Parts: sequence; structure tokens; C-alpha cells
Amino acid sequence: MTDIQATPLAETDSGLILPRRSFLRGAGTLTLSAAAVAMLAGCESAAAGSSASAADVSILNTALGAELEAIAAYQVGAESGLLQKPVLDLAVQFQGHHKEHADVLAKTVRSLGGTPVDAKKAYDFPVDQLKSQNDVLGFAAGLEKGAVSAYLGAVPLFQNRDLAKAAASILGDEAMHWAVLRNALGQNPVPVAFVS
Amino acid sequence: MPARRTPFGAAGGGPRKGAADRARAALRRAWAGPLAAAVIAAAPPAPATVAPDPARGKQVYERCLACHAVAHDRVGPRHCGLNGRRAGGLSGFEYSDALRAAGFTWNAQTLDRFLADPLGVVPGTTMTYDGIKDDRARRDLVAYLLSLPPCGGR
Repeated sequence: MTDIQATPLAETDSGLILPRRSFLRGAGTLTLSAAAVAMLAGCESAAAGSSASAADVSILNTALGAELEAIAAYQVGAESGLLQKPVLDLAVQFQGHHKEHADVLAKTVRSLGGTPVDAKKAYDFPVDQLKSQNDVLGFAAGLEKGAVSAYLGAVPLFQNRDLAKAAASILGDEAMHWAVLRNALGQNPVPVAFVS
Repeated sequence: MPARRTPFGAAGGGPRKGAADRARAALRRAWAGPLAAAVIAAAPPAPATVAPDPARGKQVYERCLACHAVAHDRVGPRHCGLNGRRAGGLSGFEYSDALRAAGFTWNAQTLDRFLADPLGVVPGTTMTYDGIKDDRARRDLVAYLLSLPPCGGR
């Protein structure tokens, strides 16, 4: 193990450090199929001539992993017996959105020649802390807020602008989930003008 | 990070690779550790004008909750006991090849630089996040992360 403080700065001068953009360019640009962009961006006309990189596939797979976990989390909530209608219906609906996100992300990864990540066999959720409907809603709201931040942090990384647009579309959906869950908790549904 | 194949990893099933891609991937794996360490060592720390506040950092941590938790692994690894842990060194968690090869330990300096630009510091990490650019928010987050107790309490 190397402690980075002990790393000689001479490595910097030797040209080992590459700007990230250079690195990404070197990652191998793939031609993004029209179908892939259309699937994710919902806009077939935007697909023509698009390109995506291996780095884009990595971003999509990270997002897919989070979506699969969100699906599992909503399943825990739905089966907890703590959610009453119409909140239960809302949770199931939101879970359905995450399933749609996961499905299209997986298909896009596959169409780009990658291998979509699988759902874990088991997830470790803090079920011992979920004792009321509000506990479940609060947990879900936290996941949704995190999802908004995750997509916000991913959008500027895409080489392919259509994929960035598509990720922003999902971000918008997650933000709506977050707002509705906050409202259900009696909180200000839209507490800030900007998400971060 | 979860059990997944990075575009730069050795596992099969990644994006289509020709000979040039495979060569680049091999080169990248070989450089991943020195690159990460050198990038962190070279970057000056952000100027501190306000003392980092773990309480504010806990609020910033809400941005991380899609992928991380304090006490258990999720899409990303758990953060309890992070201070002094080797990057990519949490037993039982399947990291990207890039993070496993990063060759540094987590502390105030490394966290600050990594969180400012994860992919710039560790190219190939599956933490595909642009980073927290606001110095104060990032320092608060680092203070919170470093304040977390060792794992095992839950």
C-alpha cells in the first residue's frame, strides 16, 4: 500500500498525469446505435451520428446498479405492511418508474456492447429502523434525493449528449418522486430552487 | 462499488475491444495506481476559510445516499471506519480495478481531492460522479466522513 503523501511529485513531471478529457478520449469511442439513443433519450431523430464511449457505458452501469437497488428498496417498503393506500399505490408506481429506468439502462448498455450489472442477490437495508409509514417514506425520500444528486453528477460526464439528455430526463423523474415523498411527509415538497 | 465490470477491467463482457483497446486498457491498469497517487499529490488542497463542520457535512452526505450508506454496502461501499482505510480495501466489497490499484489511504487530503473530481483522480472508478466542486461543502463532507465510527456497531 502506498500513502499518497509519500508519492514523489516527480511522477507529475514525467507526464504520467493525463487530463481527464484526454483519458476519456483514449477510452475508445464507440458508435452509439440509433436504437440505443432512441431507447434512452426517447428521440429517434437524435440518434443519428451519435457516439458513446466506454466511459459512458460505465456511467450507465453505475446508474443501473442504483436503479436496481431502488427497486429492491421500494419492494421492501411495499411488503413492510407499513404503507397504507394511497401511499402504497404511490410507492408501487414509483417502483415501476425505477423498473422502467433500469430496463432501458440495461438495454442501452447491452446495445453498446457492454454487460449490464445484475441486481444483487440481497440488499442490506436498515429495516430495523422502519417502524412506521413515515419511516418508510423518509427512507425512500433519502434515496430519491440521492438519486437526483447522482444523476446530476453523472450528466456532465457523458461524452454522448443524447445520453446526457436522457440521464437528465431520469433526474427529473427522481426529483418529482422526492418532492411527492416530501409532501407526503408534510415537508415542503420543493425546499430549494436548485438541487445539488 | 458493486459487482460490475468497468470498461477498463480485465473481466469479460465489457464494451467491444479491439487490440488497440486492449492495449490501452492494459496500459491504463498499469498506470492506475501511479496516476491516482500522482494526481492527488500534485493538486494543491483547497484553501480553508471556514472550519469544516461535520454537522453540515452530514447534510451534504445526503447527496451520496443513492449509492452509499454509513453502515452497510450498497452500490458503493459503506463509509463507517473510512478514516485510514486503504482505498479499495474494504473486505467483501467488489471495487473497480482502478480503485483497487489506486494505492492510497483515505484521509482528509485524499478525500478532499477525490471528492472534487473522482474520475480525474482515479480514472476508471465506477463512481461516475462529477464531484463536489464547492470547497466548503466538500470540506464539510470530508469532516463528516472522517467523523464516522468504525464499522460493527450495527
